[in-house]
Amino acid sequence: MLRYIAHRLILMIPTLLAVSAIVFIIIQLPPGDYLETLIAEMQSRGEAVDPNQIEALRQAYGLDRHPVEQYFSWLFGLLQGDFGWSFEHNRPVSELIGQRLILTFVVTFSTILFIWVVSFSIGTYVATRQYSVSDHVATLIGYLGLATPNFLLALVLMYLANQWFDTSIGGIMDDEYRNQPWSWGKAMSVLEHLWIPVIVIGTSGTAGMIRRLRANLLDELQKQYVVTGRAKGLHPRKLLWKYPLRMAINPFIADIGSILPEVISGSAVVAVVLNLDITGRMLLDALRAQDMYLAGSFLMCLALLVVIGTLLSDLALAALDPRIRLGGGTSR
Amino acid sequence: MNEATTRGPQDSGGRDPVPHFVSDAPFDPDVEVVLTEEQEKYYMASQWKLMWWKLKRHKIAVAAGFFLIFMYLVAAFAELFAPYALQHRDVRHTFAPPQSIHLFHEGKLVGPFVYGYSAERDMETLQKIYTPDPSKVHRIRFFCSGGYRGADYEFWGLFKADFHLFCPSGTRQPVYLLGTDRLGRDMLSRIIYGARISLAIGLIGIVVSFALGIGIGGLAGFYGGLVDNVVQRIIEILKSFPRLPLWMALSASLPAKWSPLYIYFGITLILALLDWPSLARAVRSKLLSLREEDFAIAAQLMGASTKRIIGKHLVPSFASHLIASASLAIPEMILGETALSFLGLGLRPPVTSWGVLLNEAQNIQIVVLYPWLMAPMIPVILVILAFNFLGDGLRDAADPYK
Repeated sequence: MLRYIAHRLILMIPTLLAVSAIVFIIIQLPPGDYLETLIAEMQSRGEAVDPNQIEALRQAYGLDRHPVEQYFSWLFGLLQGDFGWSFEHNRPVSELIGQRLILTFVVTFSTILFIWVVSFSIGTYVATRQYSVSDHVATLIGYLGLATPNFLLALVLMYLANQWFDTSIGGIMDDEYRNQPWSWGKAMSVLEHLWIPVIVIGTSGTAGMIRRLRANLLDELQKQYVVTGRAKGLHPRKLLWKYPLRMAINPFIADIGSILPEVISGSAVVAVVLNLDITGRMLLDALRAQDMYLAGSFLMCLALLVVIGTLLSDLALAALDPRIRLGGGTSR
Repeated sequence: MNEATTRGPQDSGGRDPVPHFVSDAPFDPDVEVVLTEEQEKYYMASQWKLMWWKLKRHKIAVAAGFFLIFMYLVAAFAELFAPYALQHRDVRHTFAPPQSIHLFHEGKLVGPFVYGYSAERDMETLQKIYTPDPSKVHRIRFFCSGGYRGADYEFWGLFKADFHLFCPSGTRQPVYLLGTDRLGRDMLSRIIYGARISLAIGLIGIVVSFALGIGIGGLAGFYGGLVDNVVQRIIEILKSFPRLPLWMALSASLPAKWSPLYIYFGITLILALLDWPSLARAVRSKLLSLREEDFAIAAQLMGASTKRIIGKHLVPSFASHLIASASLAIPEMILGETALSFLGLGLRPPVTSWGVLLNEAQNIQIVVLYPWLMAPMIPVILVILAFNFLGDGLRDAADPYK
């Protein structure tokens, strides 16, 4: 097991390096840089632009250096926890993204928990009652959940909440806690607001997971050991819990790798619609304003979240499933 | 004892309680087994025919297929289906609510018609409030040509025409079945025109993604070894990105100076650029497993060239799987475009797609006042649903020998 963990950890390093390079290339792609945007903005306001000042800024931010040089200084900064400087907000990036990343993590984690709990109970329920009314209803809702883009779901929910209850369901905490340090009240406020984004972001993942669990469990239930168990008079519930469910549950852990990017993607747009203080809106603004270090740090952290999540799911799977652990390979 | 068992049960004398039927006819191994007509049809059918038979049993998938064909027809002939031209503005009716179709007016049958608007201005909020006016009966004409403003269009940019499937009776008798937006443009017409862009982006995107996926996945599956390893790593890295933020970053990096048409192709390319890894992975694993199948080995032993094995034997046997996975990948692209345009990072007006239309419904205050601006989400959901149903049906049918 230790060897397996070490192997996976070493494999992570080139992946993260490649991810950082891709992120840097993407944020460097747009022609021009933030200073040019700034100059255009100042000119449109009719302010005089002092070329010396611009040159000084350019040197201070290192924008005049070769891109490769910029990349390495950014990368070393990242390793030391220095995420660079946000031009737009005129503050260090780490100050800006810290709280948002914590909230993103909270939302992501709770969404995955939600997906697990809901799809586990519904999936098991419908698989043991194949072709019953509840099975068909669950399948239909599942399809609808898969087909409804979550930002549209958020929009509809917001509209309905406004029409029926005359309240706004946006935001992730009460306004009074914004920009406040963490406290008990703030955490409770976040918890109170959390359920709407969690449901909105989790719906499509849940629908997919229910389908997968149902299919897996149905496969298992048709196997001969289940027939044998039933013939020997094992209690139906015990027969379900003891073996088939254990086999069918593998995708729950294995699929984190594919659900996690989906959830994070979903949260990015839903955050814009529901006006959440997670990465979405700030990332969008940073991308528009070419605030490269801010946007880059966001992308990097989101990718890091996915890579670490996938790693954890692989390790959990290895711990659960001796076939993977003893195979020692990385294949799934 | 030993002898008795080898001689079979018939010879076990009178102890057998169930008499066995033994045919008296002499056994001739050269006689062919006669198949019933149905069996013969089944055994002689080609793979594609078998797939079609299997798909036909999947009623919802077939219905979804017809729905999609209908939607693509509407998109192709949007000019005919939309009552108003794309850029037609009616400044007298901005943010007009949807009208409902009636058949009877004061107990008499008039055929399909709508009641006109009577507009009033709320002096407190300065909002224009429309109510249906029962004295104004606006009949809907069918298979009509022209006679009102906004009827003229250039069909596929080729020639001018003014023929529509249905249209209002005149300029002063507007028919807005789904209401109008802030510039007084008919929502229904804009949704129909938007279908053209939104549905096309899925098709163009899937072609690019297919080319990349089959090419790269095929290389990896065929050569194996180092190439395979490199491709696997690239796929892993691309998959570890959350898709939408990366799409956002890429489309934000498209130069603002580009014309809407270039942006359109740029967005399509970006969508395809992140979509190919899953396809490449499927192609690779299929190639690897099919290479070991008996028929591939048989072809190899009979001296077929590699090119022939791949082209004649391997590709046809996973083509059906590819089609199934394509029909599941198209909706993701449509969704991607919708999300990007919704955020304002994707297509830009005057290019009109469903996402661009939904962009106007981003603000909750506007949505509460004018809920019909959310209407474009209905075709989005229906089309994605239909593609999912069709894709599921195709995936089940893709392996007709199972």
